Amino acid sequence: MEKYRLELRNVSKSFGEVQALRDINFQLGQNEVVGLLGDNGAGKSTLIKIVTGYHQPTSGEIYFNGRKVDHLTVPKARELGVETVYQERALAELQTLWRNIFLGRELCNSLGFLDIQRMRDETHRLMTQSMGFTSQAISPDSRVGKYSGGEKQGVAIVRALFFEAEIIVLDEPTMGLSLKESAKLVNFVKGIKLAGKSAIFIDHNIFHVYNVADRVVVIDRGKVAGEFLTENIGLTELMEKMVRVAETGSLD
Amino acid sequence: MTSQTNGTTPAVTQHYKVPFNLRRFIRMNSAQFGILGVFLTLWLIFIISAPSTFLSPQIYSAFMTSTPFFAIMAIPLTIVIIAKEIDLSFPSIMAMGMVAFSFSYDGTAIIGNTTIRVFLAIIAALLAGSIIGWLNGIIIVKMGIPSLVVTIGTQFFWRGAVLVLTSGTNFPIVYIKQTFFYPLLVGKIGGFLPMQMIWLVVITILGWVLLNRHRFGAHVYLTGDNIKSAELMGVNTGRVRIQAFMLVGLISAFAGLVASFYIAYFWPNMGSGYLLNTLAAVFLGGTSVFGGTGTILGTFLGTFIIGSIDAATVAVGLTGFLTNLIYGFIIVLSVIMHTYLRKRGE
Repeated sequence: MEKYRLELRNVSKSFGEVQALRDINFQLGQNEVVGLLGDNGAGKSTLIKIVTGYHQPTSGEIYFNGRKVDHLTVPKARELGVETVYQERALAELQTLWRNIFLGRELCNSLGFLDIQRMRDETHRLMTQSMGFTSQAISPDSRVGKYSGGEKQGVAIVRALFFEAEIIVLDEPTMGLSLKESAKLVNFVKGIKLAGKSAIFIDHNIFHVYNVADRVVVIDRGKVAGEFLTENIGLTELMEKMVRVAETGSLD
Repeated sequence: MTSQTNGTTPAVTQHYKVPFNLRRFIRMNSAQFGILGVFLTLWLIFIISAPSTFLSPQIYSAFMTSTPFFAIMAIPLTIVIIAKEIDLSFPSIMAMGMVAFSFSYDGTAIIGNTTIRVFLAIIAALLAGSIIGWLNGIIIVKMGIPSLVVTIGTQFFWRGAVLVLTSGTNFPIVYIKQTFFYPLLVGKIGGFLPMQMIWLVVITILGWVLLNRHRFGAHVYLTGDNIKSAELMGVNTGRVRIQAFMLVGLISAFAGLVASFYIAYFWPNMGSGYLLNTLAAVFLGGTSVFGGTGTILGTFLGTFIIGSIDAATVAVGLTGFLTNLIYGFIIVLSVIMHTYLRKRGE
């Protein structure tokens, strides 16, 4: 049997008194797009922050390609091929575009001195080829704080793509985007699938998730309430179940 | 957003270059040009009002003698403030480094050779400074206590330690004059250019390279700009901040060496007059207290503005009572200018 690209076994996470996640079992297949659904505060963001190494689970195990990984950190997760587009975008708005593209993994020599020319070149290439930015206001040396919401999100997404990514995590990527920009984003998630990569996709918009995901996992009050292959469930049925789970805590 | 999901890095065929545009260059470096403008304006005012003083080289030799004592600490302090932290303990670190110096010198009497003893004592001072800086950093980062609060505390603590360890007494360290460290740190080249000025320039250049051309500096800016983003993207913000505090400790101990070598004397209150001057120089230079922005060059100019006002007030023929008023006026005006420039800058 093919190994899962990512697997969480009995993962729990508490913040002091608050138990955000309990006994989560979650799998992400090779070349699979999984949508995470759930109400605000259900634990979706905590779950993905465990996958990206930002939070460490209180208990439970994490496996990448069948291999157990202890003490997952952000740099370690990135080495394992996890790239993330965070809900909060994770940009440094007073800094220039090239510094944001290479945030946390600056290109430098063995002594730590930056290769600024190469970072600016790469940023310029990504801007024109991948982001499709044509605005005069956007150059590798312009400050990200001046960009529009869609442009900022574009930066966060392109940044996730530049590096060798096996698993792309998208946390509410369409938040604050126009309709046109959202449609572009959904196409982009389909592109991840075509390129043979895996993705975890969180969105408040159930239509977006249903459109691109192979499977949806419903999280409620820190637990996995259920999961469905999108080919086996209709959108109306899924929506009914989502409302029911929010009201009663059970899918049926 | 085409689906360029292939993560490998294709070779870049063409370099990204923009033709030089003066207006754009000025806009992107507005803080530095702003403080340069203040610097040149003040200078012009000084020359016009007291030409005999400000057209003779002696006054510049005097500025270059006294300003570096606090200016060299303003450089690492700029780095700490860009990282959205603050350090108020550096004046006490200056003195504490010298305590380590004299204890180490006294404790190595068995060696006999003064040069070796002074060398070891210098190492001890720099080490003590770094360790105190490291402790500041550890308390701030690991306990999560604001640096303002922690360094108010450590500032008292280390000053107290200095007073206890020296019983509050001054003591001469004339023996340093027999060693080449004396001319190396505080000699005068050609009877005009003080060595401490050379050290200030060296530390300024090193600070600039570290901040602008090294990963450490990139992480300092990112930490100060948005610590959450930096952490989400894998920057070890704790380590960056601890290292920044260690730099302040190291350089403050060095400043203590320079200041006491200059008069071959140690006094336990050393450095206590430098706290606000040094901080003012950093803010004058355009570094934001909110973190994420600031420049070494701005700080460098700021220190000389601060360092010259005292002498200039008297030379211009105003009473010494006016100096604080002028200090305050220039600082407030410059900070308003920086805020304005930051808002409309790129």
